[in-house]
Amino acid sequence: MSVLETGRQKDALDVAQVRADFPILAAKAHGKPLVFLDSAASAQKPRAVIEAEARMYAESYANVHRGVYELSVKATDAYEGARATVQRFLNAASTREIVFVRGTTEAVNLVAGSYGRKHVGAGDEVLITGLEHHSNIVPWQLLCEATGARLRVVPITDAGEVPLDEVERLISARTRIVSVAHVSNALGTLLPVKEIVRVAHGRGVPVFVDGAQSAPRLPIDVREIGCDFFAFSGHKAYGPSGIGALYARAEHLEAMPPWQGGGDMIASVSFERTTYNEIPYKFEAGTPNIAGAVGLGAALDYLTGLGLERVAAHEDDLLRYGTDALSAIPGLTLVGTARHKAGVLSFVLDGVHPHDIGTVLDYEGIAIRTGHHCAQPVMDRFGLPATARASLGVYNTREDIDALAAGIRKVQEMFR
Amino acid sequence: MSELRELYQELILDHSKNPRNLREIAGARHADGNNPLCGDKATIYVKLKGDLIEDVSFVGRGCSISTASASMMTEALKGRTTAEAEALFERFHDLVTGDPSKPHRDAQGLGKLAVFAGVCEFPVRVKCAALAWHTLRAALKDESAPVSTE
Repeated sequence: MSVLETGRQKDALDVAQVRADFPILAAKAHGKPLVFLDSAASAQKPRAVIEAEARMYAESYANVHRGVYELSVKATDAYEGARATVQRFLNAASTREIVFVRGTTEAVNLVAGSYGRKHVGAGDEVLITGLEHHSNIVPWQLLCEATGARLRVVPITDAGEVPLDEVERLISARTRIVSVAHVSNALGTLLPVKEIVRVAHGRGVPVFVDGAQSAPRLPIDVREIGCDFFAFSGHKAYGPSGIGALYARAEHLEAMPPWQGGGDMIASVSFERTTYNEIPYKFEAGTPNIAGAVGLGAALDYLTGLGLERVAAHEDDLLRYGTDALSAIPGLTLVGTARHKAGVLSFVLDGVHPHDIGTVLDYEGIAIRTGHHCAQPVMDRFGLPATARASLGVYNTREDIDALAAGIRKVQEMFR
Repeated sequence: MSELRELYQELILDHSKNPRNLREIAGARHADGNNPLCGDKATIYVKLKGDLIEDVSFVGRGCSISTASASMMTEALKGRTTAEAEALFERFHDLVTGDPSKPHRDAQGLGKLAVFAGVCEFPVRVKCAALAWHTLRAALKDESAPVSTE
Protein backbone atom coordinates (compact mmCIF):
# COMPACT_ATOMS: atom_id res chain seq x y z
CA MET A 1 0.00 0.00 0.00
CA SER A 2 1.41 3.40 -0.91
CA VAL A 3 1.46 6.34 1.43
CA LEU A 4 -1.24 8.04 -0.57
CA GLU A 5 -3.55 5.10 -0.13
CA THR A 6 -2.72 5.00 3.58
CA GLY A 7 -3.45 8.71 3.72
CA ARG A 8 -6.89 8.13 2.29
CA GLN A 9 -7.75 5.63 4.95
CA LYS A 10 -10.43 6.94 7.23
CA ASP A 11 -8.92 8.70 10.20
CA ALA A 12 -5.30 8.12 9.13
CA LEU A 13 -2.75 10.91 9.33
CA ASP A 14 -2.74 13.15 6.22
CA VAL A 15 1.02 13.06 5.72
CA ALA A 16 1.04 15.28 2.64
CA GLN A 17 -0.69 18.01 4.66
CA VAL A 18 1.68 17.44 7.58
CA ARG A 19 4.72 17.77 5.29
CA ALA A 20 3.38 21.07 3.98
CA ASP A 21 3.37 22.34 7.58
CA PHE A 22 7.17 21.93 7.90
CA PRO A 23 9.06 24.56 5.85
CA ILE A 24 12.45 22.82 6.18
CA LEU A 25 11.22 19.76 4.30
CA ALA A 26 11.39 21.82 1.12
CA ALA A 27 15.16 22.10 1.59
CA LYS A 28 17.70 20.12 -0.42
CA ALA A 29 20.67 18.26 1.02
CA HIS A 30 23.61 17.87 -1.39
CA GLY A 31 21.21 18.75 -4.20
CA LYS A 32 18.77 15.99 -3.31
CA PRO A 33 15.39 16.20 -1.57
CA LEU A 34 15.92 16.06 2.19
CA VAL A 35 15.01 12.72 3.74
CA PHE A 36 15.04 13.53 7.43
CA LEU A 37 15.29 10.42 9.59
CA ASP A 38 16.79 11.88 12.76
CA SER A 39 13.77 13.09 14.70
CA ALA A 40 14.81 11.09 17.79
CA ALA A 41 17.79 13.46 18.06
CA SER A 42 15.67 16.54 17.44
CA ALA A 43 12.49 16.97 15.43
CA GLN A 44 11.85 19.64 12.79
CA LYS A 45 9.43 22.47 13.52
CA PRO A 46 6.02 23.13 11.98
CA ARG A 47 5.15 26.65 10.86
CA ALA A 48 2.73 26.93 13.81
CA VAL A 49 5.66 26.71 16.26
CA ILE A 50 7.97 29.03 14.33
CA GLU A 51 5.20 31.63 14.05
CA ALA A 52 4.05 31.32 17.65
CA GLU A 53 7.54 32.09 18.92
CA ALA A 54 8.04 34.95 16.45
CA ARG A 55 4.59 36.38 17.25
CA MET A 56 5.37 36.30 20.96
CA TYR A 57 8.44 38.47 20.39
CA ALA A 58 6.67 40.71 17.88
CA GLU A 59 3.46 41.29 19.80
CA SER A 60 3.37 40.28 23.43
CA TYR A 61 6.83 39.97 24.94
CA ALA A 62 7.84 41.16 28.40
CA ASN A 63 9.07 39.43 31.52
CA VAL A 64 6.54 37.24 33.29
CA HIS A 65 5.11 37.38 36.81
CA ARG A 66 6.48 40.88 37.28
CA GLY A 67 5.02 43.89 35.60
CA VAL A 68 1.80 45.73 36.26
CA TYR A 69 1.67 46.84 32.64
CA GLU A 70 -0.40 45.26 29.90
CA LEU A 71 2.44 43.59 27.97
CA SER A 72 3.71 41.77 31.02
CA VAL A 73 0.21 40.56 31.78
CA LYS A 74 -0.10 39.31 28.17
CA ALA A 75 3.26 37.54 28.36
CA THR A 76 2.35 35.95 31.69
CA ASP A 77 -0.98 34.78 30.29
CA ALA A 78 0.77 33.21 27.28
CA TYR A 79 3.42 31.54 29.47
CA GLU A 80 0.88 30.17 31.93
CA GLY A 81 -1.37 29.20 29.03
CA ALA A 82 1.47 27.03 27.74
CA ARG A 83 1.72 25.40 31.17
CA ALA A 84 -1.97 24.55 30.98
CA THR A 85 -1.38 23.07 27.52
CA VAL A 86 1.38 20.82 28.93
CA GLN A 87 -0.91 19.81 31.80
CA ARG A 88 -3.67 18.76 29.37
CA PHE A 89 -1.16 17.05 27.05
CA LEU A 90 0.06 14.84 29.90
CA ASN A 91 -3.34 14.65 31.61
CA ALA A 92 -1.82 15.89 34.85
CA ALA A 93 -4.29 16.77 37.61
CA SER A 94 -3.17 20.39 37.93
CA THR A 95 -0.91 23.03 36.40
CA ARG A 96 0.79 23.12 39.83
CA GLU A 97 2.35 19.80 38.86
CA ILE A 98 4.05 21.16 35.71
CA VAL A 99 7.54 22.68 36.06
CA PHE A 100 9.13 24.26 33.01
CA VAL A 101 12.74 23.10 32.55
CA ARG A 102 15.35 23.29 29.79
CA GLY A 103 14.62 19.73 28.77
CA THR A 104 14.54 16.15 30.01
CA THR A 105 18.18 16.33 31.12
CA GLU A 106 17.47 19.24 33.43
CA ALA A 107 14.37 17.49 34.77
CA VAL A 108 16.40 14.41 35.79
CA ASN A 109 19.00 16.65 37.40
CA LEU A 110 16.26 18.54 39.25
CA VAL A 111 14.68 15.40 40.67
CA ALA A 112 18.05 13.79 41.52
CA GLY A 113 19.27 17.04 43.06
CA SER A 114 16.13 17.84 45.06
CA TYR A 115 14.07 14.72 45.71
CA GLY A 116 17.21 12.56 45.59
CA ARG A 117 19.24 14.67 48.01
CA LYS A 118 16.35 14.58 50.47
CA HIS A 119 15.47 10.88 50.29
CA VAL A 120 18.62 9.03 49.19
CA GLY A 121 21.36 8.37 51.72
CA ALA A 122 24.42 6.18 52.26
CA GLY A 123 23.70 2.54 51.50
CA ASP A 124 20.46 3.33 49.67
CA GLU A 125 19.91 2.34 46.06
CA VAL A 126 18.78 4.01 42.85
CA LEU A 127 17.49 1.62 40.18
CA ILE A 128 17.75 2.32 36.44
CA THR A 129 17.83 0.04 33.38
CA GLY A 130 20.59 -0.98 30.97
CA LEU A 131 19.11 0.97 28.07
CA GLU A 132 19.09 4.46 29.55
CA HIS A 133 20.32 7.61 27.81
CA HIS A 134 23.33 9.19 29.55
CA SER A 135 20.97 11.86 30.90
CA ASN A 136 19.17 9.20 32.94
CA ILE A 137 22.45 7.71 34.20
CA VAL A 138 24.87 10.50 35.05
CA PRO A 139 22.62 12.64 37.33
CA TRP A 140 21.97 9.52 39.44
CA GLN A 141 25.69 8.69 39.49
CA LEU A 142 26.40 12.20 40.75
CA LEU A 143 23.74 11.70 43.44
CA CYS A 144 25.24 8.34 44.43
CA GLU A 145 28.75 9.79 44.61
CA ALA A 146 27.54 12.63 46.81
CA THR A 147 25.47 10.47 49.17
CA GLY A 148 27.22 7.11 49.24
CA ALA A 149 24.23 5.43 47.59
CA ARG A 150 24.55 2.68 45.01
CA LEU A 151 23.37 2.72 41.39
CA ARG A 152 21.82 -0.57 40.34
CA VAL A 153 20.99 -1.49 36.76
CA VAL A 154 18.30 -3.83 35.40
CA PRO A 155 20.01 -5.85 32.64
CA ILE A 156 18.43 -5.87 29.19
CA THR A 157 17.88 -8.91 26.98
CA ASP A 158 19.43 -9.57 23.55
CA ALA A 159 16.28 -8.11 22.00
CA GLY A 160 16.71 -4.95 24.05
CA GLU A 161 13.83 -5.60 26.42
CA VAL A 162 13.61 -4.90 30.13
CA PRO A 163 12.10 -7.96 31.85
CA LEU A 164 9.57 -6.98 34.49
CA ASP A 165 10.63 -9.81 36.80
CA GLU A 166 14.20 -8.45 36.74
CA VAL A 167 12.90 -5.05 37.80
CA GLU A 168 11.01 -6.72 40.60
CA ARG A 169 14.06 -8.76 41.63
CA LEU A 170 16.32 -5.71 41.79
CA ILE A 171 14.00 -3.56 43.89
CA SER A 172 15.31 -4.01 47.42
CA ALA A 173 14.43 -2.63 50.82
CA ARG A 174 17.07 0.06 50.13
CA THR A 175 15.69 1.20 46.75
CA ARG A 176 14.64 4.84 47.03
CA ILE A 177 13.71 5.61 43.42
CA VAL A 178 13.33 3.81 40.09
CA SER A 179 14.10 5.82 36.94
CA VAL A 180 13.35 4.39 33.50
CA ALA A 181 13.00 5.46 29.89
CA HIS A 182 9.54 5.16 28.38
CA VAL A 183 11.04 4.55 24.93
CA SER A 184 14.74 3.80 24.37
CA ASN A 185 16.41 6.36 22.11
CA ALA A 186 19.07 3.87 20.96
CA LEU A 187 16.94 0.74 20.50
CA GLY A 188 13.34 1.93 20.24
CA THR A 189 12.18 -0.43 23.00
CA LEU A 190 8.84 0.61 24.51
CA LEU A 191 9.06 -0.16 28.22
CA PRO A 192 6.07 -1.43 30.24
CA VAL A 193 6.13 1.67 32.45
CA LYS A 194 2.66 1.14 33.88
CA GLU A 195 3.65 -2.34 35.09
CA ILE A 196 7.01 -1.06 36.36
CA VAL A 197 5.15 1.60 38.37
CA ARG A 198 2.77 -1.03 39.76
CA VAL A 199 5.67 -3.23 40.85
CA ALA A 200 7.66 -0.34 42.34
CA HIS A 201 4.69 1.19 44.12
CA GLY A 202 3.90 -2.23 45.54
CA ARG A 203 7.23 -1.91 47.33
CA GLY A 204 6.70 1.73 48.22
CA VAL A 205 9.22 3.07 45.68
CA PRO A 206 8.48 6.11 43.47
CA VAL A 207 9.13 6.05 39.71
CA PHE A 208 10.59 8.63 37.33
CA VAL A 209 9.71 8.13 33.64
CA ASP A 210 11.99 9.69 30.99
CA GLY A 211 9.47 10.54 28.28
CA ALA A 212 11.85 12.26 25.86
CA GLN A 213 11.15 9.71 23.11
CA SER A 214 7.57 8.80 24.02
CA ALA A 215 5.90 12.21 24.38
CA PRO A 216 6.29 13.04 20.65
CA ARG A 217 5.03 9.61 19.54
CA LEU A 218 2.41 8.21 21.90
CA PRO A 219 -0.62 9.49 23.80
CA ILE A 220 0.62 10.18 27.34
CA ASP A 221 -1.51 9.97 30.45
CA VAL A 222 0.64 10.36 33.55
CA ARG A 223 -2.22 9.45 35.85
CA GLU A 224 -2.91 6.26 33.96
CA ILE A 225 0.81 5.37 34.03
CA GLY A 226 0.71 6.26 37.71
CA CYS A 227 4.30 7.52 37.78
CA ASP A 228 5.57 10.04 40.32
CA PHE A 229 7.66 11.99 37.81
CA PHE A 230 7.56 12.30 34.01
CA ALA A 231 9.75 14.54 31.85
CA PHE A 232 10.06 15.40 28.18
CA SER A 233 11.91 17.83 25.91
CA GLY A 234 10.23 20.38 23.66
CA HIS A 235 12.69 20.03 20.81
CA LYS A 236 11.95 16.34 20.25
CA ALA A 237 8.21 17.09 20.28
CA TYR A 238 8.41 19.54 17.34
CA GLY A 239 8.87 22.50 19.69
CA PRO A 240 11.82 24.81 20.39
CA SER A 241 15.07 23.64 21.98
CA GLY A 242 15.90 24.82 25.49
CA ILE A 243 12.43 24.17 26.89
CA GLY A 244 10.77 21.08 28.31
CA ALA A 245 8.59 20.07 31.19
CA LEU A 246 8.75 18.06 34.36
CA TYR A 247 5.55 16.57 35.71
CA ALA A 248 5.71 15.69 39.39
CA ARG A 249 2.89 14.76 41.71
CA ALA A 250 1.95 17.78 43.81
CA GLU A 251 2.75 16.11 47.14
CA HIS A 252 6.30 15.46 45.94
CA LEU A 253 6.82 19.03 44.72
CA GLU A 254 5.41 20.41 47.98
CA ALA A 255 7.85 18.32 50.04
CA MET A 256 10.92 18.75 47.81
CA PRO A 257 13.50 21.39 48.70
CA PRO A 258 14.27 24.07 46.09
CA TRP A 259 16.87 23.04 43.50
CA GLN A 260 18.13 26.38 42.21
CA GLY A 261 17.80 29.66 44.05
CA GLY A 262 17.07 33.03 42.51
CA GLY A 263 14.31 35.37 41.49
CA ASP A 264 10.73 34.19 40.99
CA MET A 265 11.18 31.08 43.15
CA ILE A 266 10.86 33.04 46.40
CA ALA A 267 7.98 34.41 48.44
CA SER A 268 10.14 36.79 50.47
CA VAL A 269 13.86 37.33 50.95
CA SER A 270 15.80 38.87 53.77
CA PHE A 271 19.40 38.30 54.77
CA GLU A 272 18.15 36.32 57.75
CA ARG A 273 15.53 34.15 56.11
CA THR A 274 14.01 33.37 52.72
CA THR A 275 10.65 31.76 52.16
CA TYR A 276 9.85 30.04 48.93
CA ASN A 277 7.17 30.54 46.34
CA GLU A 278 4.36 28.03 45.91
CA ILE A 279 4.70 25.16 43.46
CA PRO A 280 5.56 24.98 40.61
CA TYR A 281 7.28 28.40 40.84
CA LYS A 282 9.50 27.18 43.69
CA PHE A 283 11.39 25.25 40.99
CA GLU A 284 11.57 27.98 38.36
CA ALA A 285 14.36 30.31 39.49
CA GLY A 286 15.22 33.19 37.19
CA THR A 287 13.55 34.47 34.05
CA PRO A 288 12.39 31.36 32.18
CA ASN A 289 12.46 30.57 28.46
CA ILE A 290 9.23 32.52 27.93
CA ALA A 291 8.92 32.39 24.16
CA GLY A 292 10.21 28.81 24.22
CA ALA A 293 7.36 27.81 26.52
CA VAL A 294 4.88 29.48 24.17
CA GLY A 295 6.49 27.64 21.23
CA LEU A 296 6.23 24.37 23.16
CA GLY A 297 2.55 25.04 23.79
CA ALA A 298 2.08 25.58 20.04
CA ALA A 299 3.91 22.31 19.29
CA LEU A 300 1.74 20.33 21.69
CA ASP A 301 -1.40 21.97 20.27
CA TYR A 302 -0.16 20.95 16.81
CA LEU A 303 0.38 17.33 17.91
CA THR A 304 -2.98 17.25 19.66
CA GLY A 305 -4.57 18.63 16.50
CA LEU A 306 -3.06 15.77 14.48
CA GLY A 307 -4.19 13.37 17.18
CA LEU A 308 -1.62 11.35 19.12
CA GLU A 309 -3.46 8.11 18.34
CA ARG A 310 -3.08 8.90 14.62
CA VAL A 311 0.57 9.89 15.07
CA ALA A 312 1.27 6.63 16.91
CA ALA A 313 -0.53 4.56 14.26
CA HIS A 314 1.37 6.34 11.46
CA GLU A 315 4.77 5.78 13.06
CA ASP A 316 3.86 2.20 13.91
CA ASP A 317 3.04 1.54 10.26
CA LEU A 318 6.37 3.08 9.18
CA LEU A 319 8.28 1.15 11.83
CA ARG A 320 6.83 -2.16 10.59
CA TYR A 321 7.44 -1.20 6.97
CA GLY A 322 11.01 -0.10 7.81
CA THR A 323 11.72 -3.21 9.86
CA ASP A 324 10.70 -5.38 6.90
CA ALA A 325 12.62 -3.25 4.37
CA LEU A 326 15.86 -3.22 6.37
CA SER A 327 15.60 -6.88 7.42
CA ALA A 328 15.51 -7.79 3.72
CA ILE A 329 18.98 -6.31 3.14
CA PRO A 330 21.70 -9.00 3.34
CA GLY A 331 24.49 -8.06 5.75
CA LEU A 332 22.25 -5.71 7.75
CA THR A 333 21.50 -6.46 11.39
CA LEU A 334 18.84 -4.61 13.33
CA VAL A 335 19.92 -3.71 16.86
CA GLY A 336 16.92 -3.62 19.17
CA THR A 337 14.24 -6.13 18.25
CA ALA A 338 11.86 -5.79 21.17
CA ARG A 339 8.26 -6.90 20.63
CA HIS A 340 7.04 -3.44 21.56
CA LYS A 341 8.94 -0.61 19.88
CA ALA A 342 8.42 2.97 18.80
CA GLY A 343 10.06 5.30 16.34
CA VAL A 344 13.61 3.92 16.12
CA LEU A 345 15.46 1.64 13.68
CA SER A 346 19.01 1.05 14.88
CA PHE A 347 21.24 -1.11 12.68
CA VAL A 348 24.75 -2.15 11.69
CA LEU A 349 26.14 -3.35 8.37
CA ASP A 350 28.73 -6.10 7.97
CA GLY A 351 32.12 -4.58 7.16
CA VAL A 352 31.00 -0.94 7.16
CA HIS A 353 31.41 1.39 10.12
CA PRO A 354 28.25 3.41 10.99
CA HIS A 355 30.17 6.65 10.49
CA ASP A 356 30.84 5.71 6.86
CA ILE A 357 27.17 4.75 6.40
CA GLY A 358 26.19 8.21 7.66
CA THR A 359 28.56 10.05 5.33
CA VAL A 360 27.46 8.17 2.21
CA LEU A 361 23.74 8.49 3.07
CA ASP A 362 24.25 12.21 3.64
CA TYR A 363 25.27 12.50 0.00
CA GLU A 364 21.96 10.89 -0.93
CA GLY A 365 20.17 13.61 1.04
CA ILE A 366 19.37 11.21 3.88
CA ALA A 367 19.97 12.43 7.43
CA ILE A 368 20.43 9.68 10.02
CA ARG A 369 22.30 9.56 13.30
CA THR A 370 25.45 7.49 13.71
CA GLY A 371 27.38 6.90 16.90
CA HIS A 372 26.60 5.76 20.41
CA HIS A 373 23.40 7.88 20.71
CA CYS A 374 24.41 9.06 24.20
CA ALA A 375 23.89 5.48 25.35
CA GLN A 376 27.39 3.99 25.56
CA PRO A 377 26.33 1.23 28.00
CA VAL A 378 23.81 0.04 25.38
CA MET A 379 26.59 -0.12 22.76
CA ASP A 380 28.79 -2.06 25.23
CA ARG A 381 25.90 -4.45 25.93
CA PHE A 382 25.76 -5.35 22.25
CA GLY A 383 29.56 -5.26 21.79
CA LEU A 384 29.36 -2.44 19.25
CA PRO A 385 31.26 0.85 19.07
CA ALA A 386 28.30 2.51 17.39
CA THR A 387 25.18 1.96 15.33
CA ALA A 388 23.41 3.77 12.53
CA ARG A 389 19.98 4.96 13.59
CA ALA A 390 17.02 6.03 11.49
CA SER A 391 14.24 7.54 13.56
CA LEU A 392 10.74 8.57 12.60
CA GLY A 393 8.62 11.66 12.79
CA VAL A 394 5.09 12.66 11.81
CA TYR A 395 6.34 13.87 8.41
CA ASN A 396 8.06 10.65 7.34
CA THR A 397 6.67 8.46 4.58
CA ARG A 398 7.18 4.99 3.18
CA GLU A 399 9.09 6.71 0.37
CA ASP A 400 11.59 7.94 2.98
CA ILE A 401 12.11 4.34 4.09
CA ASP A 402 12.52 3.24 0.46
CA ALA A 403 15.15 5.97 -0.03
CA LEU A 404 16.96 4.75 3.09
CA ALA A 405 16.96 1.15 1.87
CA ALA A 406 18.25 2.21 -1.56
CA GLY A 407 20.90 4.38 0.09
CA ILE A 408 22.09 1.48 2.26
CA ARG A 409 22.51 -0.66 -0.86
CA LYS A 410 24.68 2.11 -2.35
CA VAL A 411 26.78 2.10 0.82
CA GLN A 412 27.24 -1.64 0.46
CA GLU A 413 28.31 -1.29 -3.18
CA MET A 414 30.86 1.35 -2.25
CA PHE A 415 32.43 -0.70 0.53
CA ARG A 416 32.09 -4.10 -1.12
CA MET B 1 29.11 12.19 -5.46
CA SER B 2 32.56 13.20 -6.73
CA GLU B 3 33.49 14.59 -3.29
CA LEU B 4 32.47 11.24 -1.86
CA ARG B 5 34.81 9.46 -4.30
CA GLU B 6 37.54 11.94 -3.32
CA LEU B 7 37.03 10.91 0.29
CA TYR B 8 36.75 7.18 -0.26
CA GLN B 9 39.74 6.68 -2.57
CA GLU B 10 40.64 3.10 -3.50
CA LEU B 11 43.82 3.27 -1.42
CA ILE B 12 41.81 4.32 1.66
CA LEU B 13 39.24 1.57 1.13
CA ASP B 14 42.04 -0.95 0.68
CA HIS B 15 43.79 0.04 3.90
CA SER B 16 40.50 0.10 5.81
CA LYS B 17 39.69 -3.45 4.71
CA ASN B 18 43.24 -4.78 5.01
CA PRO B 19 44.97 -2.68 7.63
CA ARG B 20 48.77 -2.98 7.75
CA ASN B 21 50.71 -3.30 11.00
CA LEU B 22 47.57 -4.22 12.92
CA ARG B 23 49.30 -5.82 15.90
CA GLU B 24 50.77 -5.14 19.29
CA ILE B 25 54.49 -4.65 19.83
CA ALA B 26 55.41 -6.35 23.09
CA GLY B 27 57.24 -4.06 25.47
CA ALA B 28 56.94 -1.00 23.22
CA ARG B 29 55.69 2.35 24.44
CA HIS B 30 52.05 2.90 23.54
CA ALA B 31 49.09 5.23 24.00
CA ASP B 32 45.29 4.90 23.76
CA GLY B 33 43.18 7.27 21.73
CA ASN B 34 39.44 7.52 21.29
CA ASN B 35 36.96 9.55 19.32
CA PRO B 36 33.80 9.80 21.45
CA LEU B 37 31.78 11.06 18.48
CA CYS B 38 31.82 7.69 16.74
CA GLY B 39 33.22 5.34 19.36
CA ASP B 40 36.48 4.79 17.48
CA LYS B 41 39.38 3.51 19.53
CA ALA B 42 43.04 3.09 18.63
CA THR B 43 46.14 2.04 20.53
CA ILE B 44 49.40 3.04 18.89
CA TYR B 45 52.64 1.15 19.66
CA VAL B 46 56.06 2.68 18.90
CA LYS B 47 59.42 1.01 19.24
CA LEU B 48 62.22 3.55 19.27
CA LYS B 49 65.94 3.13 18.77
CA GLY B 50 67.30 6.41 19.95
CA ASP B 51 65.43 8.93 17.84
CA LEU B 52 64.57 6.43 15.15
CA ILE B 53 61.14 4.82 14.83
CA GLU B 54 62.19 1.21 14.42
CA ASP B 55 58.67 -0.19 14.43
CA VAL B 56 55.18 1.23 14.77
CA SER B 57 51.81 -0.51 14.83
CA PHE B 58 48.22 -0.11 15.96
CA VAL B 59 45.33 -2.03 17.44
CA GLY B 60 41.76 -0.80 17.41
CA ARG B 61 38.59 -0.43 15.48
CA GLY B 62 37.03 2.48 13.75
CA CYS B 63 35.54 3.83 10.56
CA SER B 64 37.25 3.43 7.21
CA ILE B 65 38.93 6.83 7.48
CA SER B 66 40.40 6.30 10.95
CA THR B 67 41.48 2.72 10.21
CA ALA B 68 43.10 3.64 6.89
CA SER B 69 44.77 6.65 8.47
CA ALA B 70 46.29 4.51 11.24
CA SER B 71 47.38 1.85 8.76
CA MET B 72 49.00 4.30 6.33
CA MET B 73 50.58 6.26 9.16
CA THR B 74 52.40 3.17 10.39
CA GLU B 75 53.70 2.51 6.86
CA ALA B 76 54.84 6.10 6.45
CA LEU B 77 56.67 6.34 9.76
CA LYS B 78 58.77 3.21 9.91
CA GLY B 79 62.43 4.18 9.68
CA ARG B 80 61.80 7.89 10.25
CA THR B 81 63.01 9.99 13.16
CA THR B 82 60.61 11.33 15.76
CA ALA B 83 61.25 14.85 14.45
CA GLU B 84 60.33 13.76 10.94
CA ALA B 85 57.17 12.13 12.31
CA GLU B 86 56.20 15.36 14.05
CA ALA B 87 56.78 17.37 10.86
CA LEU B 88 54.75 14.88 8.84
CA PHE B 89 51.86 15.14 11.30
CA GLU B 90 51.84 18.92 10.91
CA ARG B 91 51.68 18.63 7.13
CA PHE B 92 49.02 15.93 7.34
CA HIS B 93 46.94 18.00 9.75
CA ASP B 94 47.13 21.05 7.49
CA LEU B 95 46.02 18.86 4.59
CA VAL B 96 42.99 17.29 6.25
CA THR B 97 41.76 20.46 7.94
CA GLY B 98 42.15 22.35 4.66
CA ASP B 99 43.06 25.54 6.50
CA PRO B 100 43.97 27.99 3.72
CA SER B 101 46.19 29.97 6.09
CA LYS B 102 48.49 26.98 6.54
CA PRO B 103 51.46 26.47 4.21
CA HIS B 104 51.18 22.73 3.57
CA ARG B 105 47.80 22.32 1.93
CA ASP B 106 49.41 21.10 -1.29
CA ALA B 107 50.22 17.65 0.12
CA GLN B 108 53.85 18.14 -0.85
CA GLY B 109 56.12 15.65 0.86
CA LEU B 110 53.23 13.56 2.09
CA GLY B 111 53.61 10.74 -0.39
CA LYS B 112 50.73 8.26 -0.27
CA LEU B 113 49.20 10.16 2.64
CA ALA B 114 48.07 12.75 0.08
CA VAL B 115 45.01 10.55 -0.60
CA PHE B 116 43.51 12.04 2.55
CA ALA B 117 43.15 15.43 0.82
CA GLY B 118 39.40 14.74 0.32
CA VAL B 119 38.81 14.74 4.08
CA CYS B 120 38.92 18.55 4.23
CA GLU B 121 35.53 18.63 2.45
CA PHE B 122 34.08 16.65 5.38
CA PRO B 123 34.74 18.67 8.55
CA VAL B 124 33.13 16.08 10.84
CA ARG B 125 35.55 13.43 9.56
CA VAL B 126 38.78 15.35 10.27
CA LYS B 127 38.89 13.84 13.76
CA CYS B 128 38.70 10.35 12.27
CA ALA B 129 41.74 11.02 10.10
CA ALA B 130 43.70 12.68 12.90
CA LEU B 131 42.99 10.19 15.71
CA ALA B 132 45.94 7.88 15.02
CA TRP B 133 48.34 10.80 14.70
CA HIS B 134 47.27 12.46 17.93
CA THR B 135 47.63 9.11 19.66
CA LEU B 136 51.06 8.58 18.11
CA ARG B 137 52.19 11.92 19.51
CA ALA B 138 51.07 10.78 22.99
CA ALA B 139 52.87 7.45 22.54
CA LEU B 140 56.08 9.24 21.59
CA LYS B 141 55.77 11.36 24.72
CA ASP B 142 54.93 8.17 26.63
CA GLU B 143 51.77 9.75 28.05
CA SER B 144 49.62 7.44 30.09
CA ALA B 145 46.34 9.42 29.97
CA PRO B 146 44.11 8.37 27.04
CA VAL B 147 43.90 10.81 24.14
CA SER B 148 40.49 12.08 23.12
CA THR B 149 39.64 13.96 19.95
CA GLU B 150 37.01 15.93 21.89
